[in-house]
Formats: sequence, structure tokens, C-alpha cells
Amino acid sequence: MGCEMELESECIEDMEVEVLPSMWPEDIGTDAGKQFNIEKPGGDQDMLEEVTIMEEPTIADFQRLMELTNYTDKGSSQLAYLMKHWEYKQANAVRLLREELDILSRQREEVEQRRLELLQENRFEEDYGGDKRPLEASVQREQTLMDKLQESIETIERQSSPVEELSQILKRADNFLHFILQNAPVVIGHQDKELRYRFIYNHYPRLQEEDIIGKTDVEIFTGSGVKESQDFKREVMEKGLPAKKEITFETDLFGSKTFLIYVEPVFSKAGETIGINYMGMEITDQVRKRERMAKLREEIAVQKAKETELNKTIHITEETMRAKQMLATMSHEIRSPLSGVVSMAEILSTTKLDREQRQLLDVMISSGDLVLQLINDILDLSKVESGAMKLEATKFRPREVVKHVLQTAAASLQKMLTLEGNVADDIPVEVIGDVLRIRQILTNLVSNAVKFTHEGKVGINLYVVAEPPFAKTEECNNNQKINSSEQSTICSNGVKDHRYPSTPSKSGSDQNHHGGQNHNEHNAQNHGFNNEFRSSVKSDYSMNGDTEEENHSTETTVWIRCDVYDTGIGIPEKAIPTLFKRYMQVSADHARKYGGTGLGLAICKQLVELMGGRLTVSSKEHVGSTFTFILPYKVSIPSSDENSDDTDELSDVDNNDAVSDDLTEGFFQFQPRTLGSLFSSNGSTRRTSHKFNGFPSNPFALPSPNGLVSKAVTNSVEDSSSVVADASDLTESTSSSSTEKDRHQNSESGVKSRHEPSFCDDSSKEVNNELRNSSNKCEDLIMKKEDANSRCVSRCSGSREEDSKECCRLKPKILLVEDNKINVMVTQSMMKRLGYSMDVVNNGVEAVKAVQRHTYDIILMDVFMPVMNGLQTTKLIRSYEETGNWDAAKDSGIEQIQQISDYEGCVPPRKRIHIIAMTANTVTESAEECYANGMDSFVSKPVTFQKLKECLEQYLR
Amino acid sequence: MEVGQMQRQWLDYTRSLFIEGFLDGQFLQLEQLQDDNNPDFVVEVVSLFFQDSHKLLNDLTIALDQKSVDFKKIDAHVHQLKGSSSSIGAQRVKNCCIAFRNFCEEQNTDACLKCLHQVKQECCLVKNKLETLFRLEQQIMAAGGSIPMMELSF
Repeated sequence: MGCEMELESECIEDMEVEVLPSMWPEDIGTDAGKQFNIEKPGGDQDMLEEVTIMEEPTIADFQRLMELTNYTDKGSSQLAYLMKHWEYKQANAVRLLREELDILSRQREEVEQRRLELLQENRFEEDYGGDKRPLEASVQREQTLMDKLQESIETIERQSSPVEELSQILKRADNFLHFILQNAPVVIGHQDKELRYRFIYNHYPRLQEEDIIGKTDVEIFTGSGVKESQDFKREVMEKGLPAKKEITFETDLFGSKTFLIYVEPVFSKAGETIGINYMGMEITDQVRKRERMAKLREEIAVQKAKETELNKTIHITEETMRAKQMLATMSHEIRSPLSGVVSMAEILSTTKLDREQRQLLDVMISSGDLVLQLINDILDLSKVESGAMKLEATKFRPREVVKHVLQTAAASLQKMLTLEGNVADDIPVEVIGDVLRIRQILTNLVSNAVKFTHEGKVGINLYVVAEPPFAKTEECNNNQKINSSEQSTICSNGVKDHRYPSTPSKSGSDQNHHGGQNHNEHNAQNHGFNNEFRSSVKSDYSMNGDTEEENHSTETTVWIRCDVYDTGIGIPEKAIPTLFKRYMQVSADHARKYGGTGLGLAICKQLVELMGGRLTVSSKEHVGSTFTFILPYKVSIPSSDENSDDTDELSDVDNNDAVSDDLTEGFFQFQPRTLGSLFSSNGSTRRTSHKFNGFPSNPFALPSPNGLVSKAVTNSVEDSSSVVADASDLTESTSSSSTEKDRHQNSESGVKSRHEPSFCDDSSKEVNNELRNSSNKCEDLIMKKEDANSRCVSRCSGSREEDSKECCRLKPKILLVEDNKINVMVTQSMMKRLGYSMDVVNNGVEAVKAVQRHTYDIILMDVFMPVMNGLQTTKLIRSYEETGNWDAAKDSGIEQIQQISDYEGCVPPRKRIHIIAMTANTVTESAEECYANGMDSFVSKPVTFQKLKECLEQYLR
Repeated sequence: MEVGQMQRQWLDYTRSLFIEGFLDGQFLQLEQLQDDNNPDFVVEVVSLFFQDSHKLLNDLTIALDQKSVDFKKIDAHVHQLKGSSSSIGAQRVKNCCIAFRNFCEEQNTDACLKCLHQVKQECCLVKNKLETLFRLEQQIMAAGGSIPMMELSF
């Protein structure tokens, strides 16, 4: 039987070549019909039909497949494996059968032995007539066994068919593959050497099999990626190594899709490449996700980079801020000791020094001043930047500011320059703004202009302009600013307690509508005003309930443009953009030549912008520069219905022609000092040299200024200045007899009489009248006289400025209001040292009484005093100056004393006394309070030479 | 003693007064005010200060001893004292006064009393110091020397 089995298996092995191929179509056709299409070359029409109907996605070139199985290593190894499996099974079956045979033969032997025994027994039985049954049973059992054997042999025969077994295995494998591939998004295919498809499985078929089989990729598809995939397949085929690649297709057939392709070369038994197996999986989504991830990662990286950058910037900014803060703090710390050094040096300069020492000291003082200026600039800048700079709103006269700035510049002028100011007629007499800051800007620009101008002139033009476009765009912004400044105005002036929500109207017609009435009425009064350019701010009374007895005045905003021009070296165009940057100068060369810190213009710009304006520059090299700033100012116009009781300065202006002229005068000029320049004045020697300068022109000059000069001199004679004493002798001998008379009067009637020289021309009365009002206005008058007597101008131009300066240098009458005896002693002694004497009273009430009795130019007022404090006292004095009566003082319980002398009684109380507050603490609130109460400046205690000097200089300006 | 030695001594002493904070720059201002026309100016002012402060301190002692303390009055007194001390450059007295005023504002009687005590002490101290200084100056003057003020440099 064993031989038989072997034979059979051999038979099968021989058969396989024929059997397997014949198995394929049937299996696939029936069981796998759902997925596989089989093409029989030149073959069965039925099969093809079935394929088409069922739209099977898999397409196979059957012939080719067979060839593959036969010729490729893979195919034969696959078959070998199947055979081995089958052989093993057969061997197993043979073993089992042998075992069975062994059992059966053993049973037979037993049975035979048994039969022998039985035969022996039977012999006995035959002898004794024995039983035959056991034998029968055994024969029966034998029969059964024989049957069984037969059966099992049959079974073996049936089971042993390898074809059936193989087809079972294949079927299972097939089912498994189907199960797996059912929904797999893969394409599996085989392509031959020419890359023509021989077999393809695709879960999502788009093409009919006949469109694919026998064709190459390029023939099937068009679009990007097709060629690439074909090239890749070819490459794999050439190299003979499997490879993977991602290819993005962009075809008409299935749009844009990315496939991951695995290509594996197929070798023949001889080792030749005969084609490729190809597997593709669509990974479009994954690729998209991956790309998105990459993008995100990139973005994150960028974000992170940005963040780091930002952090760095923040860090740097913080550092800068800290550095700035430190600079400011340091500056502050440096300022105090430095001012000590400078003031000590100044004191030192009042002592006896030889020439060389004095020169050294002058250098020391000027250097110290420079450093102080620099530190002040830095502090100013950091104040503006940190927003700590507070703007104050006070009434001021732009003409006066322009005049004073020019005057100050002229005083220290050491060049042959003409300084001029031109204020347009339409500039209001009084506007509201932060006069100190505006003055600072003007002074800065003018001194800058002077610095860079060697000949020609420096001047200021002031005129009203329409609301500039930048203000309109920043309307809301500005509105707020205006609002807040308005509020502060109201608070600080104490004029109105109302808040005026301001709504500046832009259109001209609208403005006329509600502003027109007022304008017409005001035109009579304030002819100088220009109505066209004013954008009025309507006061909204209805907004706040308590309208009461509000004086119905309209507040308007007026934009004033200020040009500071010069005929200097100009600014090269390339330097203009950096001009307003701090520490920037046109070039290092300029810095060396002209000095300066480069902070001035930066501060100017910051200040102008802080006040809601713009600072611009236009310049031409070697021709000159013009710095222009436009600022908004408030103008308060008293309305017509309160004319009767309006006693304020504005109406005074209209009643008194002389004063009106003074207030509206629009042109100032300061000619170069032809003689003065010879004596190039510097600091300490200035006073005496000026006195000298005045004299040579004496015989030719106008009587009036000369009269003043001579008196000034005679005044100083009493101060025992030997140089001047000589000069006064000269004066007496050369000047008219009226001077002698004046001097006589002077000694008799004190301060007032100085202002009563005799004039010889038409305008003398007017001037005379004004002279009485204030000594520090005389330069104006001289200016006016100059117009009247134009013939004299050329001759006296050189001396005129000295004259005007001299007027200011007339000894001011000073009152000290201070309750502390020690302070009195120290201050008095310092004043004496500075060459001034003064009256002293101990409290506010005494101060008021003193003011009633005498005329003072300057009052040094302690703020904190018993009986009546400095603030209240100042208020009373200001009230007197405005109203001309002491009613307010009476209300506070101070009885007015009888006027002592007639002429003092008739002096109109129009002159404003310069009141300097003396405060113990210098915090700004206190200063604000002082200003709010009508004080002009303040000095912090304890007083020093330096501070006193500064105050007096400020007044004398 | 020799004049030069005394002058050096005066310088050292004055410097120490500045360094220890008894005096500040304001005292130099006073020294500047003293000249041939006014040879005793500093002594006059300082004596006036001590007379004044003596009276003020007495007033303060009484005012603080009252059952209901009038802080306004005290504040006015201290303000006076502060003003005059800062005018002569008695820095430590001035600083005490500043603290005193703060407590006055808080109406803190105990702290005020402490401050008063301190101010008294500082006044006494600076008085002794200045008296020594003046004595030295007198000696220098008597010996025919001058006060080497310009050599004071800080």
C-alpha cells in the first residue's frame, strides 16, 4: 500500500503542470467572481462577458500569469511550497494507514491464534460434540474488519487527490485576500518589461479593463506625475531593486492625487528582469495633512522667532526706558550740587579778583551754565516723554512774548545782527496758553538762529492761520486736549466754574451762524481780531444745569503760526530729517564749531506737539532757515452785554489810546550795536560797559532816552561806582539843563520822578504818560519815538538798545514780605550784596498797606505767613491792579490809609507789580497755586544769591 | 597758637560740621554775606536764630503740654523754625522740623513730643558747635588772621 501511495504522489507531481493551470479559471471564475476579471487570451467569450457585466476591478492577463508562475522564481517557489505541504499531508496519511494496518494484522494474528486454540478445543468438542458459536462470531468480526479496511482504503483513495487539496488552499488564500482587499484603497498591478499592464487590481475602477491591460501608464493617463511614475518604474526595473516613491498626479481622470508607489522588479528563473510588481496607495489626505502640519510648524517657528524678536525689542525698550529714567534721575541729582558750584562761582566773581582769575572764573561759570542747561534740557525731555509735563494755561500777550524774547536775545547778542519781530494785526491782544513753554520754544529757536547766523537778521513772524489739516484729522484727540486744557484754564484762572464741552465747528458758514453776532459787536471793540480764521468753540450751557449768572463770553480757538527765520548758514537737505532727533546736529563739525547739545530742537518739537501743534523747518543752505510752528490758542472774548462793568484790561485798551498802541504794536526791531560790540559784553562786566556805551552818542541822541540814561547813571552814582561817577560828570557837562533839573527832582521825589523828563516833540506827551506807568516799557516807547523822529534813527540806533537796557536797569523798588526774622536778615543782606535795597514787612496785611503807600516794582512774597498769607495778599494786590480800588482788601478787613502824596494817588493802578513767591517746598502744585493766585514766578527757600539774581534778572528782562 | 594752625583747625572743624550734616551750603551763603562792612553778620544772624528758636521751642513745649493740642499752632511754630534753620543752614535742625511737621499733620502727639525733644537736642548741639567755631574765628581774628573761607571746598 505504501508503494501505491508513493506512486500516487509521484503521479500528482507529474500532473501538477497540467492540473494547476486548468484550475485557475474555474476557481476565479466561480468563487472570486466578485473581484477578479480573468482574460483568457483568445479565449472564452463567456468569461469576458461575465467580466464586463460585473465590472470587476481586477484585470489579469491570464496567459501572462501562467507564464509568470512558470518562469519566475517566485512562481516556482510558490508551487514548491504548495507541493511540500501536500507531501507532508500525504506522508501523514501514509503513516496513519500503516498504523491502522499494523493494528489490523495484529488483530488477525490474535484471531488466528484464537482459531487454533478453538480448533484444538473443537477437536475436543468434536470428540465431545462441542459448541460452534465462537467461531462464527470471529468470522463475522473478521468480515467487519475486512469491510472497514476496504472502506478506509477507499477513503484514502478519495482523500489523497492533491488537486482538490490545493484548490482548497488556494480558495482559502483567495478568500483571505478578498477579505483584506475588499475596501483597501490600493492599486495592485503587474507590468511587463515594456511596462504594459498585465494585471491590475483597483478598488475604485475608473477604466474598463480593455483600457488598461496591454497599455502603459503614459498611454492611459495624461497629466503631471504620469511620466514621473513611469520613469520611476523603469528605474526600478533597471536597478533591479525594489523602491518606494511618492508621486503626485494631476490627471483629468481623477484630479489631483498623491500616491505612494511601491515597485518591485520581477525576475525570471534565469535572473532576468521580466517586469515589475506595482502597488500604489492613495495618500492625498495624508500628504495634505502633512503639508498642513509642516506649514503649521513653519508658522510656529516664524511665530516663535517673532516672539523672540519682540521680547528682545521689549527688553531693549525697557532698558532704554530705564536708562532714560536713570538719566533723568541722575540729571536731577547732578543739578543740585552743580547749581551749588555755579552759584558759589558767581559769588566768587563778586569778590576782588585779578584779571586772570576773573577769566578763569568766567570760563568756569559759563561751562557750569552750559552743563546746567544740558541737564535741564534732559529733564525737560524726559518729562515730556514720560507725560509728566503739565501744561499750564494762562493769559498772555503774544506781542509781549515776542518782544521779550527778542530783547533777551539782543541783550546777549555779540554779533552784528538785526533782530526783528512782526506780529500781524489779526493776532489777538491776549491769548491763553502755556506762556512759559511757548517762550521756551521761541527762545530756543531764536538763540539757535542767532547761533548759526553771522550776518543779516533773525526775526519772528506771527500771524493767524486757518485750522491746519493735521488738527482736523486729530480732531477727537485735540478735542480732548482742548477740553482738558480748558478745564485747567478755568480752574487756574478762577474765572469760570463751568465746564465747556467744546465742539469746534469746521465749516465757515456754521461758524458764522452762531459766531456772527458776537463778532459784529466785538468788531467795534477788538478791531484787531481776525474773525475769518477763528474756529469758534460753542459753549454748551444747556449741558450743565447751573447756568446762573455766567458771564456770556465765547471761547474760541485761534491758530497762530510763528516763523523764526534767519539769514544764516542754513541746513543741508540731507540733515533735515534728523534735525529734530535728540543729540543730533547737522554734523560733528558743526557741533565742534557751534557747540550746543543737540537737544534744543528735540525739546521744541516735543513741546509743540504736546500743545497740539506742529513744528516744521524749511531751509536753504547758505541762505537761511525758517522754523515754523503752528499752535492753537484759546481766546476769551468778553461778550457785549456785560460791557458796563467790564473793567478788565481789554476794555482799557480801547479807552486809552496810548496803551492800545502799546498792546497792538506789531513791529519790533533791534539793530546791531555798532559801539556795543566793541565792548563785547560778557556777564559781570556788562553793566558798566553799557553805561559807557550810552554816553558817546549822548550829544546827538534824543532828549528823552538821554534823560533817562543820565538819571540811571546818577542813580548808580549813589552806589559808589567810580567808573560811572566819572561818566556822570561827563553827562552833566554835555547834556541839557533839563537833566540837571531832573536829577534834582529825582532826589526829591524818589522813584516816580525819574519818569518825568521834558520832551521836545509831539509825541512826548504820550510817551511821558506811559513812562509814568512803567519803567520797563520804555524800550517800546523809544521804538515808537523812533517812528516819530525817523531822522534820528540812523544816528541813535547804536545807543538805543543800551538806553533801553539802562531803563530796565534802573533800581527797582523792592518789597520783602516775610515773617521770619532770620530769613529777612539773610535775604536783605543778600539783596544788599547784589546792590539793591528793599523795604521789609512781616505779613500780608502790612504788605497791602505798604503797597497802598508806595509803588513797588517787585515784591518778594513769603507764601506761608501769619495774619494773611502770601497767596491771599497777592490776590488783593492783583484785584487792586485790575479794578483800581481796594474794595477787596476792605472786604478782608484792611482799612485803606489816606494817600500820602497827590501824584501817587492819581497813578492809575495799571502797572502790574512783579510778585515773586517764596516757597518752602518746590513741588509743582505749590508753584501752580502761586501762579493761579497771580504770582509771576517763585523762588524756593532758602534763598541763595543765585536764585535771587535769577529772579531779578527775570524781572529786568 | 599760631595763626596758620588755627586757620587749619578752623577749616577742619568747619569741614567736620558739614560732613556730619550739622551745616549745609546755606551756611556758606551766610559766610559770603559777611564782609568788612558787616563783620559780625554770621554771629548776629546765628544769635538771632538761637534767640528765636529758644522762644519757639518754649512755645512748642507749652503748646504740646496742653490737654487739647492745637496742632495748627504747633505747625506754624515748626514752620517758623524750619524756615529759619534752613536759612542759616542748620541742616539737622531743619530735617528734624520736616519730620516734626509730618507728625503734626498726623496729629500724633507722642511722636511730636519726641520730635520736639530731638529738635531741642539738635539746636543745643549745633549751638555748641557754632559757638566753638565762632570762638575759634575770634581767636584767629584776634591773632590778626583772616577766616580762610575760600579754602572751604566741597
